[in-house]
Amino acid sequence: MQGTAGYGAPAPTGPVQVAYICGDCGAENTLKPGDVIRCRECGYRILYKKRTKRVVQYEARW
Amino acid sequence: MARTKKKQQAVPAPAPGSRDEAATSYGTQQLPDALELARTRVLCGPDVNIHTTSTIAASQWASLGVDAAFDLEKFKKGFQVDITRYEGYDMEFEMKGVSCALANSLRRIMISEAPTMAIEHVYIVNNTSVIQDEVLSHRLGLIPLKVDPRLFQYKAKEDAPSEQNTIVLKLKVECRRLPNSGMENDKVYSRDLQWLPEGSEMPDETSCRFASSQAALVPEDVRPVHDDILIAKLRPGQAIELECHCIKGVGDDHAKWSPVATTWYRLMPEVVLLQQPRGKIAEELVEQLPGLLQLLGSGDHATVVVGDAPCSLCWGACVDKERYMPYLQLRKIKDHFIFTIESTGAWRPHELFKYAVQLMVSKCDKVLEGLQAFPARSFKT
Repeated sequence: MQGTAGYGAPAPTGPVQVAYICGDCGAENTLKPGDVIRCRECGYRILYKKRTKRVVQYEARW
Repeated sequence: MARTKKKQQAVPAPAPGSRDEAATSYGTQQLPDALELARTRVLCGPDVNIHTTSTIAASQWASLGVDAAFDLEKFKKGFQVDITRYEGYDMEFEMKGVSCALANSLRRIMISEAPTMAIEHVYIVNNTSVIQDEVLSHRLGLIPLKVDPRLFQYKAKEDAPSEQNTIVLKLKVECRRLPNSGMENDKVYSRDLQWLPEGSEMPDETSCRFASSQAALVPEDVRPVHDDILIAKLRPGQAIELECHCIKGVGDDHAKWSPVATTWYRLMPEVVLLQQPRGKIAEELVEQLPGLLQLLGSGDHATVVVGDAPCSLCWGACVDKERYMPYLQLRKIKDHFIFTIESTGAWRPHELFKYAVQLMVSKCDKVLEGLQAFPARSFKT
């Protein structure tokens, strides 16, 4: 399954594209290293990294 | 001299040849009125209630020639259950002729020992909402599910999840802006939980594999009791994707498995006119306790009768209790319980009560079994 390969996965070659979420409009932005950190939709300058795709398990109690 | 004579009469001499009977019975006399009142009623005073305890020893009044032992025939005659209100998942009924110990046992069994199904494990694939994973999981756990727990087995920690012991629900929502400036999925409700009768969609992570579909096992689709329980709020772009694994449990383990919001009882109140109030004080009493008392006549000849309105709280509302105490007495009947069951929806309240009775019976059977296994001779000296 994608994203569950573990910490030992080899680093991918070529420019790494990472998806971010705009802190203002919520649009998805794909950035490469060196890109200007700016939302393509609204120009907002705070972008959030996406959550891990790993499954996390919780007990439904307090 | 006369006193001793009376006492001698009260204890009947054992009939010849009936030694065994005399050994198990403490007599057939009636209790004096004052003791009978203390036995059967709680008297409510202005500050404290008196005679609040119940008799437990069969020999309590043996010296008066009164047998306080439990008697099955007497119980059968005195026991009665009447349902007074039944609305959806709420039921109110009156139970007469049982000890408070039994009533309380049934109440406690319903709260903490009747099983239901509830979400226990939450496998979160994605949660970008503002509500944290732990809090979200806890909220999910508290959602009452409409499924008969008797169709499932308990899952011990070492058991593998299977179609016999686990129900899988999936929640996958993403909030989007709509073209008409509205929003889609900005609120996540319990109705968004989707039942997966075929089992987990990510068995590698959850180690939950069904041998067959659950659809044949469960007569109705599994769903939350209420469709409109708010689970989370989302903004555009935020999403929740997870799988909930429900198992069977009891309220003793965690309150989420308790089949009742709560269940409780109170004793049947009773208002007794100790002395007829006349004139002004009669009018005052009727004014203070409307419905409970009715005025007869007027002026100096005014008297009162106790009406048939429910008197549950009237006495508490009466301001000047000490002034009226010589005339009125509020009592509670010790073996008359007004029971209320508020089910969360997994059980119908009357079925829950029946289950509690059955469980109580099986507990008693277990005690009897244990006593029988005990060598009888060890009781002899």
